[in-house]
Amino acid sequence: MKPTRSVGHGQRGKAAGMRSRLSRWLVAAPPSLFLALFFLAPSLIMAGASFRFPGELGGLAPLTASAAHGSDHGLTLEAYAFVFGDWVYLWICLKSFAIAAVTTLACLALAYPLAMLIAASPRKRRDLLVLLVILPFASNFLVRVYAWMIVLGPMDLLYTQTAVLIAMVYVHLPFMILPLYINLEKHDPALLDAAQDLGANAWRRFWHVTFPLSLPGVFAGSALVFIPVLGMFAVPELLGGTRDILIGNLIKEQFLDNRDWPLGAALSLVLTAMVLALAWGTLRLARARTRGLA
Amino acid sequence: MLLELRNVTRRFGALAAVQAVSLDIEAGEFFTLLGPSGCGKTTLLRMIAGFDAPDQGDILLEGANLAGTPPERRPVHTVFQSYALFPHMSVADNVGFPLLMSRRTREEIVPLVREALAKVHLADKAADYPHELSGGQKQRVALARALVNRPRLLLLDEPLGALDAKLREEMRSELIRLQRDVGITFVFVTHAQTEALALSHRIAVMNAGRVEQVDTPERIYEQPVNRFVAEFIGTCNLIDATVAAATAAHLGLDLGTLGEVVAPAAPGIAVGERGTLALRPEQIRLSARGHAERLRNQFEATVRESLYLGDVTHYSVALANGRTLQALAANSGSARAQLFSTGDAVTVAWRHDAGHFLR
Repeated sequence: MKPTRSVGHGQRGKAAGMRSRLSRWLVAAPPSLFLALFFLAPSLIMAGASFRFPGELGGLAPLTASAAHGSDHGLTLEAYAFVFGDWVYLWICLKSFAIAAVTTLACLALAYPLAMLIAASPRKRRDLLVLLVILPFASNFLVRVYAWMIVLGPMDLLYTQTAVLIAMVYVHLPFMILPLYINLEKHDPALLDAAQDLGANAWRRFWHVTFPLSLPGVFAGSALVFIPVLGMFAVPELLGGTRDILIGNLIKEQFLDNRDWPLGAALSLVLTAMVLALAWGTLRLARARTRGLA
Repeated sequence: MLLELRNVTRRFGALAAVQAVSLDIEAGEFFTLLGPSGCGKTTLLRMIAGFDAPDQGDILLEGANLAGTPPERRPVHTVFQSYALFPHMSVADNVGFPLLMSRRTREEIVPLVREALAKVHLADKAADYPHELSGGQKQRVALARALVNRPRLLLLDEPLGALDAKLREEMRSELIRLQRDVGITFVFVTHAQTEALALSHRIAVMNAGRVEQVDTPERIYEQPVNRFVAEFIGTCNLIDATVAAATAAHLGLDLGTLGEVVAPAAPGIAVGERGTLALRPEQIRLSARGHAERLRNQFEATVRESLYLGDVTHYSVALANGRTLQALAANSGSARAQLFSTGDAVTVAWRHDAGHFLR
């Protein structure tokens, strides 16, 4: 009785394993399909576009020569030559990175104490505070940016870099608070008791326990702030001066104003590459950070 | 005296968690606070560690009042029930943490950590992270971390509670060895009486915020001061009794319809006093009716229930007046042949010097 049962068990186990693998694929299929259609495909089209000539009225020039069209057709590296041939593009890129970095740091500095405060509040109040953090999303993003024009105008800050920074921080603060709060809320209070018991004062408890444990939240929040700021064009366009354009504005201009799709595509690909390089570097840094006695 | 508690009281709203507790704990002692959950033992521990403060009374360490000294400045460390190991630090970093906090140099820390880990047999786990360790190993890391910079006092908050039975027994011996080794005073909190009996030099039995009895394990078990202590520590038969005779050596106790028995004398007990005879199950002997050895205290009974536990068998027997007694018989050697089953007629007996009269 026993051996046959165990064999039956084994087969059932195998079948169950296959079933669970199948169901995992089925569950993953719709979102994968969605992302392939609406994220991967457009990205590839844009990548392809960056190697083409611009069409006369926007869009792209045809791949093959035709009588109805001018002489530009086929594939070219012209857009990239343009991007890398002029310092101004690199300069705007660097400036965008700097603004994104400053915004991220400012958000971190403002969000961390707030997230700690929310995480330390009693359960009921916590929900209310989180609701307040996400309340701004209830109104339109552009309306909120216009509201800043009314606030900043009388302060003589409108159309300056400072105005851009203030609004950037304001817009992205919730994206830093939420991941930090979600991380901090999970911390075991016994760890702080243990640290205090073993001789750590308030500052050292923060530095040696709370902060290192919150790094996943710090990284998540920073990515959620840094990357959107990098591509943001509405805020600098509405609140910044003529000299405050960022890479996002530049890309938008190529598509809408200059009708130079290949240049816009090339710029956005360069931006993507830089973001990926930065993410990779950060990951390496985070892994190398562990230094200890062992 | 290493640690003195003087009339320590702590109230949470209307509830007095700790009421006028006074204790003296000597240097080098393994002292246990034993009691059911909610008896105030953990509150007391938190006040000694500094996480809570008494509403009244004083806590003195080596004669110095600890009031106003925060936990991080007390030479007192705690082993938490959940271990509370830092998940982002290696075992070595965890153990080195208190040394780092007392601003020792790396050159001083490394050998001390190595030594502390060797003491708990974890020298090869220095580079591991807490999530890679078993429950018993985590426990050892927590101990090493709390002992590494030699606190004056080590507090242990139910440290064995999260371990399985086998491991718990192992850690028991380990704790005794470690305490003897390092010579640091241990204050151990538990609700498990076997743990308390096995580990401690002295035990304070607590109930509802008060200390009921402070004594060695033997005296706690054999001479409990009241019904609570008698019942909380081990199993105990408690029989209502009236003192009928009192001499320097013996007490004659009237057990009502059961008649009279003899119990050991207790100081200051007068004839006519009402109280309770406390009798441990292992003090009661069972024999087949008619085959009993001659003992002073002897009754006819019937076996109601038997529970075979391997090394011993636990019996419930009913006396003639319907009262049940718990008895324990060792299953060693020939006694194995004398297992009784439900319904057997037996004689229960206990020696004249067994049992303990409680006022």
